[in-house]
Order: sequence, then C-alpha cells, then structure tokens
Amino acid sequence: MAMSFEWPWQYRFPPFFTLQPNVDTRQKQLAAWCSLVLSFCRLHKQSSMTVMEAQESPLFNNVKLQRKLPVESIQVVLEELRKKGNLEWLDKNKSSFLIMWRRPEEWGKLIYQWVSRSGQNNSVFTLYELTNGEDTEDEALQPCPAHHSRWAKLEASSESKLPD
Amino acid sequence: MDRFVWTSGLLEINETLVIQQRGVRIYDGEEKECCMAILLSQIVFIEEQAAGIGKSAKIVVHLHPPPSNKEPGPFQSSKNSYIKLSFKEHGQIEFYRRLSEEMTQRRWENMPVSQSLQTNRGPQPGRIRAVGIVGIERKLEEKRKETDKNISEAFEDLSKLMVKAKEMVELSKSIANKIKDKQGDITEDETIRFKSYLLSMGIANPVTRETYGSGTQYHMQLAKQLAGILQGPLEERGGIMSLTEVYCLVNRARGMELLSPEDLVNACKMLEALKLPLRLRVFDSGVMVIELQSHKEEEMVASALETVSEKGSLTSEEFAKLVGMSVLLAKERLLLAEKMGHLCRDDSVEGLRFYPNLFMTQS
Repeated sequence: MAMSFEWPWQYRFPPFFTLQPNVDTRQKQLAAWCSLVLSFCRLHKQSSMTVMEAQESPLFNNVKLQRKLPVESIQVVLEELRKKGNLEWLDKNKSSFLIMWRRPEEWGKLIYQWVSRSGQNNSVFTLYELTNGEDTEDEALQPCPAHHSRWAKLEASSESKLPD
Repeated sequence: MDRFVWTSGLLEINETLVIQQRGVRIYDGEEKECCMAILLSQIVFIEEQAAGIGKSAKIVVHLHPPPSNKEPGPFQSSKNSYIKLSFKEHGQIEFYRRLSEEMTQRRWENMPVSQSLQTNRGPQPGRIRAVGIVGIERKLEEKRKETDKNISEAFEDLSKLMVKAKEMVELSKSIANKIKDKQGDITEDETIRFKSYLLSMGIANPVTRETYGSGTQYHMQLAKQLAGILQGPLEERGGIMSLTEVYCLVNRARGMELLSPEDLVNACKMLEALKLPLRLRVFDSGVMVIELQSHKEEEMVASALETVSEKGSLTSEEFAKLVGMSVLLAKERLLLAEKMGHLCRDDSVEGLRFYPNLFMTQS
C-alpha cells in the first residue's frame, strides 16, 4: 500500500524553516514538524536515522523552496519528538536516533486489540506471525518494524494482558 | 616711501577694521620697511604677486603722489610710487579680497569728516579746525571710550563669575561626597535642607545617580520644552520618532547650548510622569522612541499586517519604503507584530522576511 507522500502546506511556507521566536507560534510550528517527521518516516519505512542524514534529507531540506532547517533547529525538533516518546537516541553523542512513528504503548494497545479481536488470547505468537501473518495484513499492525514489535510486546505484557 | 604717516594704531571714529593680518612686511619699492599706516585714498590700484621659492606672496600697492597736507611720516620723500606687502605668515588671499572690496566701495569718500586723520593726539602743525567740529569729535571719542570701558567691565564680571561658579561647583561636590560617605552622621534635617539647595541649583541628587525618579528642575523644564518643540514634527512623521532623530532635531533647532544625549534621555524619561502629550518608549530590542500619547503602535500593527498580507511577504526595508517610515521604526513595528503573533519570520541567507502568521490562522 504505497502512498505518494503528500507534503503538508507548511513545507512550502518559508517561515517553516526558521525557528520562530514567538512562543505560541513556535509551539504550532514544532507540532507541525513532529507530525511531518513521523509521517515521512512511516511512509519511507525509515525507523532510524543519523542527524547528518536528516540534514540532507528532503524532510528538512526543501530544495525547490531553497530552504533548509538549520541543524540547531533540527535538534530542537528531535528533542520535541523525544519528549513525546517518538524518538530514542541510539548513542550518547546524539548523532543517530530511532524513530517510532507509533509510540510503544500505542503498539501495545493495537496488538492487544488485534489479539482480542481475532480471539487469540492466551495463545503464543511469534513476532513473525504478528507482523507478517495473513490476519494482520490489512490491520494497522502493518508495517511494524521488528524492534518496534519487541517494545510493543514488552509494553503489552507489562500490562499483564498478554502472556510473554 | 613718503606716503606713510605716523599713527597710534587705534581705530578712529570714522574708521572700521576691515581686516587684520599679522606678519605682513612692507617693502618700499623693493626695499624692506616697518610698521605704519597708509590712507586707502592714497591707493591707485593693487595687484597680487604670487609666492615663489624662498619668497612669500605679496600684494603690490600702487600709490598716488603724497598730498600736500599729509601728516609727517617716516620718510619725507621716496623715489618709488608703490609699496609691497609681503605676507610672511600667509593670509594674502583674504587680505587682497577685502582690500579690493574696499577699493571698490570707496567708503572713505562718504565720510562726513575730512579724509585726514584725527587730530586728538599730539600737535598738528599747519592744521586749523573750527571749534564746533572739534567739540563734536571729542564727544564722539569720549562716547566710544565709555562704551569700550563698559564692555571690558562687563567681561570682567563674567570672568569673575566663572571663577566663582567653579568654586561653588567644587564646594557642592565636596559636600555631596561628604554626605555620601557619612550617611549616618549628618542629621536628616540638614541633609534634606542641603539636598533642596542642590535641587534648586539644578544639581542632581548626590546620593544616587538615578535622578529621573525624583527629577531635577532642569530636566523637568527641558521635558516641557521638548513637548512643545516635538509636537509638530511628531505629527508630521506619523506620531513616532526614534530618539536619535529627536536629538538631531532638537539640537539643530537650538543652535547653541546643545543638549547632551544624557540630558535628553533624562528629560524624556520624565515626559509621562509630567503628563505631557508625548512619551518615551523602549522596545525590546533597546531602541528608544518618542511617541505622541495619542499614537497607538499596537493599532499600527493591524495595518502593518494588512500591508504584509497584500504583498505576501516583506522585509523591513521593503515595508519602510511602502509605508514611508525609517527602516529602524519599520523593523520595530514588524517585530512588534511578530511579538503579538500576527506575523512570523523567514530568516535565511536571502535576509529577514516577515509573513502573515499562517501557523496560527491556518489548519
């Protein structure tokens, strides 16, 4: 189910690429950036990235508009994502990161819902089944990168709803 | 050179000082001479002689033959009919110009009294004058001397005053310091009295530098004066001017006794407190402006937003040009609009542009 990526209107708005000094404006701006990053990564099935890659990626660099988000501002956006639970740093230097366009707890919930619906509580699944099984095809469980699933399972089981 | 006559060097009644130039050497013909006077009426014409290597610039003054009733001078006879004035210390251009002017105007021909020099000093053989004229001349001379004396005395007083003023200032400074140091030892009553004396003399509060709260007479008066001067110009400029513009305007108008920037700022700080129709406003960036009380910058922001929206986006310079404001004030207005959330910025290598804040208004 490939989607052609539709850039949001902000992407064509030059001020989007300047971190706004007005606090209220900035809040809106950052919210827009966060959702853009997540939907971009989701579409391109990109779950991890380095900051260097990010700078040059069309995500933060709109060549046609001749605007790019400066690296300090990219850091601010990434920090926002981290605070919201959508991002994890993979190293101490903050040079590469994990993008979770669904937060672990969201995955957990989804898995649980799917499991309940398919009446398969109290049985055991492999990760593979979960992510690639027929039943899951049209569900929101797809696409679900492996390590997301791991997190999700841990989350789900920590709520003691699924056996491990 | 026999056209010269002895003189005291002072101006006579019908003489005015046209120009004085030091270091002018007088040559009798080609020979070098010394100080004396020569009547302008004796001059036929003058010409300039440019300076050369080792030679100063000169003015050559060609003269009539001496009149028969000429006063005694250094020489009874001379073979030359011209003299040269050698300008050892320059100044010949101006001297020549003034002398030419005098030659054209020939003011000496309009003089009521005879062309010859005054007779008040020393014996004048061969000269007979009517008593009446002498009397009048004497009176005029005395009057002139009297005026001279008065002026000198007046200036004497002024220099004395300046000396006294200096003493006063030193005294008050030393007392001010003593107050500052011995804050506990002087009684409150004395301090208050002393401070009031200082205040009436226009000297700032000696204890703290922050004077605009309590204000001084001088700044208060100045503030009132400013309100008067600036009303018109402010209205012309749309109700707002930067403090530097005000400084230039006020000092240009004053001509003399210019205001220091400090005095101007202190006076402006008191405008609002004194309920005058202007006020001082400091923007976040530190820029200081004077606004009319009736001027509402916030309302101007709404019109700024309209202007920016019409054009899609604007830089401060473009906006300033459109609206007819100085770039500084234009920028402040756009920044204020941004602060209020009406505009947002696009900061790139192309410069700083302002856009309507679509983040807030859209989706």
